[in-house]
Amino acid sequence: MTTAKEDRTPKEPPTPERSRAAPGDPPVPVLDRRPSDEQLLAARLVPLRRPGQWVSAVVLLVLFAMLVHTLLTNDRFQWDVVGRYFTRAPILHGLALTLWLTAAVMASGYLLGVGIAAMRLSGNRVLRALSFGYVWIVRSVPPLVQLLFWYELASLYPTLSLGIPFGREFVTFRTAHMFSGVLAAYVGLTLDVAAFSAEIVRGGVLSVDRGQTEAAQALGLGRSRVFRRIVLPQAMPAIVPASGNLLIGLLKATSIVSVIAVQDLLYSAQLIYNQNFLIVPLLLVATIWYVVLTTLLSVGQHYVERHYARGRRGAGGGGGAARAGRGVWDVARANLSLFGATRRDLAGLS
Amino acid sequence: MTGGERPALNALDGDALNGDAVNGADRPLVRVRGLRKSFGGHVVLDGVDLDVREGEVTVLLGPSGSGKSTLLRCVNHLEKPDGGFVELGGEIVGYRASGGRLHELRPRHIVRQRSRIGMVFQQFNLFPHLTVIENVTEAPVSVRGTPRKRAAEHARELLARVGLAGREDAYPRQLSGGQQQRVAIARALAMEPRLMLFDEPTSALDPELVGEVLAVVRDLALSGMTMIVVTHEIGFAREVADTVVFLDGGRVVESGPPEVVLTAPRHERARAFFAAVL
Repeated sequence: MTTAKEDRTPKEPPTPERSRAAPGDPPVPVLDRRPSDEQLLAARLVPLRRPGQWVSAVVLLVLFAMLVHTLLTNDRFQWDVVGRYFTRAPILHGLALTLWLTAAVMASGYLLGVGIAAMRLSGNRVLRALSFGYVWIVRSVPPLVQLLFWYELASLYPTLSLGIPFGREFVTFRTAHMFSGVLAAYVGLTLDVAAFSAEIVRGGVLSVDRGQTEAAQALGLGRSRVFRRIVLPQAMPAIVPASGNLLIGLLKATSIVSVIAVQDLLYSAQLIYNQNFLIVPLLLVATIWYVVLTTLLSVGQHYVERHYARGRRGAGGGGGAARAGRGVWDVARANLSLFGATRRDLAGLS
Repeated sequence: MTGGERPALNALDGDALNGDAVNGADRPLVRVRGLRKSFGGHVVLDGVDLDVREGEVTVLLGPSGSGKSTLLRCVNHLEKPDGGFVELGGEIVGYRASGGRLHELRPRHIVRQRSRIGMVFQQFNLFPHLTVIENVTEAPVSVRGTPRKRAAEHARELLARVGLAGREDAYPRQLSGGQQQRVAIARALAMEPRLMLFDEPTSALDPELVGEVLAVVRDLALSGMTMIVVTHEIGFAREVADTVVFLDGGRVVESGPPEVVLTAPRHERARAFFAAVL
């Protein structure tokens, strides 16, 4: 084939074609002359080979196979025990506590966090300083230490009272029985989440161009409308991924309440293995539940992110999510469709 | 000043032009008196006086940093002046005079005043997460309480007027700079303002897109809209302005009809500026 075309190639000085061939390459037909334009146009493009990537992929695949193999064959994992305890009542009760503690802390933490972010962004110097100080101190103290402080509040302040600051007191109550483990966990984690979410929200709001607020103000939009309709939707793409991270972190961080004897998912598992010494299988039960919950949250986060990508991509925003007025419920429903069984259950109910 | 002779061509502007109950016959729509503003220690506006009559086009010219944009932003209270005042239709913008003091108004009153002033920005500032038609209907629906359907009809008319019929469902990012700026003009007009402010509307555009935006601004001027325009387009000023105001160092240096100010400026600073840009 090459010889047939060589006749037609314009007569040019021979090029040192040989020197270009790398040692590892498959043998290239060696040409005496520069190939013609037709030959170049007809030539197939060969991407650069990346043997290093292939080797590492194979090595990792082998390691992964070994991991799966040992998980399945090492009977000290006691998978049958894991299966037996996976949906036991104490585990499910612990799971429920973990879930609602996470939800409650997230909700109240963000409520507080938005307020703290607003203080930080306000024009008032005192509010800004207080907000900064709060975030600084809360972020500096490990959540476990905060939790223990709240739990030990009674020893610090035996009584609390409502009244005039530095003046008369109207109501006084004892703290000894006020801070149960769950309440201490709720308060401590909420304060922690508030500090982190305040920074996330503040960062998101600052990421929106100042001109957006000005344009909305110039149109005569009220302050809360400017925030809800113009600034917040544009801040969300910056807020959602970080918040998803925070939520997943919180879900797992709730496990620290086991140190103050709150029966969450982890502590419920611990209570069982303290009796029957099946430590590893019960830790696996808790682990698998955490993995399942985190997976669900990640999927949800993906859809929320897609929703707020509206107008960001060239071709009309987030696919089907492009229309206005697509609410949280629609996002939730989009998530359900991934899990056919759940959807069928819902269909049966309605 | 020649502004009064302009015919109100477009029916859309009828309401805006007729709301002249407060004004006497020859009281200017906009009166700026002794306006002062500094940022840090830097004086940006140093006692500016300005009158804009109903239906007139005033073009603000001057070197960058001369205070043109700040003056414009004081007119709708995006900047708070340090001294002096802006009056629109007989009302002080952003303040209430009482007991020898000017008290800053509550946000909802400022919002009401702003809704009578349309503003177009250098960087367009369209809302990127809303479609073109949502950008235009946002203010009428949320501020005026116009039913969404009627607001959408009006928006379609305005978009057709700026030459963007059929692009209602596009997102700003899908439009060229010139198209975005025309949407921004339609968005400002949707509130049926009595006054339009243009802050260098063509400075961020590619040269070949400047013409389409200026054409829309020119049409708007011909329809009788009262406008204050900050621009570097001297040709546009010559053609459209009733009054050209030249600012330098935060002061009004020259003011008058374009044929006087642009061709025979009295002040040395203005002469040098026009010699450089013309």
